[in-house]
Amino acid sequence: MSKGARIGAVLVSFAAGIALILYGIFGYLRSSPAVVSAIPSASQPNSVNLVMQVDGAVGVGPHPNWVGYWVQDAKGVWHQTTLVTVPVDTNVHVTVYEYDSGGALRNPVWSQVAGVQGGTVTLNGTADRIINPNPTTGNGIAHTFVVPGLGIQVPLYGVGASAKNFCSTGPCNTSEAHTVTKFTFFSGSQTHKYRWQCFVPCGLGYLNGNGGPMTSLGYMGGFIEVVGK
Amino acid sequence: MTTTESTSEFTQAEGRSHVRKIVGIWLVVAIIADYFVWFVYGPHMPPGAMTDQARGQQFDIKVISVLAIPVLLFLWTFGFYSIAKFRGGRDRPDGYYVKGNVKTQTAWYVITATLVLFLAGFGTYELIVPAGAGGGEGPSPIWTPSTPVKLVVQVIAQQWRFTYRWPQFGGMETTSINLPVNTQIQFDVTSIDVIHDFWAYQLGVKADANPDVNNVAYAKTLQLGRFTVRCDELCGIWHGAMYNYGNVVSQQQFYNWATQMQKQNATVTKLLPKFALTYTPSYTGAGGGYYPSGDPNGTTA
Ligand SMILES: [Cu+2]
Ligand SMILES: [Cu+2]
Repeated sequence: MSKGARIGAVLVSFAAGIALILYGIFGYLRSSPAVVSAIPSASQPNSVNLVMQVDGAVGVGPHPNWVGYWVQDAKGVWHQTTLVTVPVDTNVHVTVYEYDSGGALRNPVWSQVAGVQGGTVTLNGTADRIINPNPTTGNGIAHTFVVPGLGIQVPLYGVGASAKNFCSTGPCNTSEAHTVTKFTFFSGSQTHKYRWQCFVPCGLGYLNGNGGPMTSLGYMGGFIEVVGK
Repeated sequence: MTTTESTSEFTQAEGRSHVRKIVGIWLVVAIIADYFVWFVYGPHMPPGAMTDQARGQQFDIKVISVLAIPVLLFLWTFGFYSIAKFRGGRDRPDGYYVKGNVKTQTAWYVITATLVLFLAGFGTYELIVPAGAGGGEGPSPIWTPSTPVKLVVQVIAQQWRFTYRWPQFGGMETTSINLPVNTQIQFDVTSIDVIHDFWAYQLGVKADANPDVNNVAYAKTLQLGRFTVRCDELCGIWHGAMYNYGNVVSQQQFYNWATQMQKQNATVTKLLPKFALTYTPSYTGAGGGYYPSGDPNGTTA
């Protein structure tokens, strides 16, 4: 090979390497999940509703078998995301439809409810301070909704293993087996971006169960951004 | 030798006078700098003086600084003095011709080598006092505190949060940490998934959190105040968010807080695994088990 050809080959492969890295970076940056904003109504300026669901398999996108959260927007459309905004100084009324089966907790401390109004959640209509994490005396915990910065800690009760109409593709609908957890939290007096995550190692097949959906925005962790009114 | 160079040499008297001036300037600057470092900046040096460990580390940094700064200042003094006094002029275009001097060079080597060797010895010794210098000593510590341990706090790291268990308060587990002042504390640090690191900055405590290992570190609280707990071992996506704040409070305040938490957490405490020095990740059989076939504790669900 001539000197010119060799220099050319080096330059071309160098450019190809750079292009590949940039493609990876921009591809990653572009792939951010949607952000759903909870907006108060005119009659209830100090409270918003936040409706979410957790699926055993999101069914769509690059990882259809992963577990994941969905958030409903004001028009009732479900978005596969974990990014939400809520207004400051607002009571956020949360409803979570849980469609996944449950199990024992690696750290059972997450079975305790904390950081929500009244210190209780309403599970299928009953107020609870603790959600039974024992999979032999109950369904176990499927996932948790925990916002460390706001002190919020909400375990989500699983669907029984014997359920017949188990949802396998998201977004699921309430005709399929599910549990409903409702709670209210106060968004605080400061605007801030709080991170949240699930504390059930639900990334099946990954090291410690904490890879895959557990390390991906839009599945088992995300941000709650408290924004100005 | 050319004429130019020979006329640019010092006379012995000139040389002595330069040395006196350099040493004089250096002594004044070094004493002022050391005074400031020890007395003015010293008390604010990291990591503070909230515990005996933090105080010990602050002392070490002060000692090392006070010994190292004069060396640096000597180089600077000599450098700036040379620029000001030994540069070229109308009568000596090349500046002064500075010759080697065996005595000076030997003195330089001996002094700096002694200093470095002393600091190496001092630093090594200080790595173990008091009681392990706030570092994790593994499950069977060699360097133990001189006063008896009054409070045991178990630090449980998990992806991505620290929780704390209190064997003296019914084995309860909390997500927050408060400590009583003037108390000898033992931290039992472990993990229930990957390797984390419990770094309580202002307490001067830093211990790796390994799964299936009980890593013991000590600290005696001496001052009230807030401290930061950070994970210091890259452990995944939320590693940077794996921190919380704690407080050193009065003994009475601590007791009130702990007993109130014990009461408040009584129900969930019953659901926790029995207090142990380590917990195997798959103990409760949660999803994504780490030891699918060979659970080291033989407790695979
Ligand atoms: Cu989960
Ligand atoms: Cu960590």
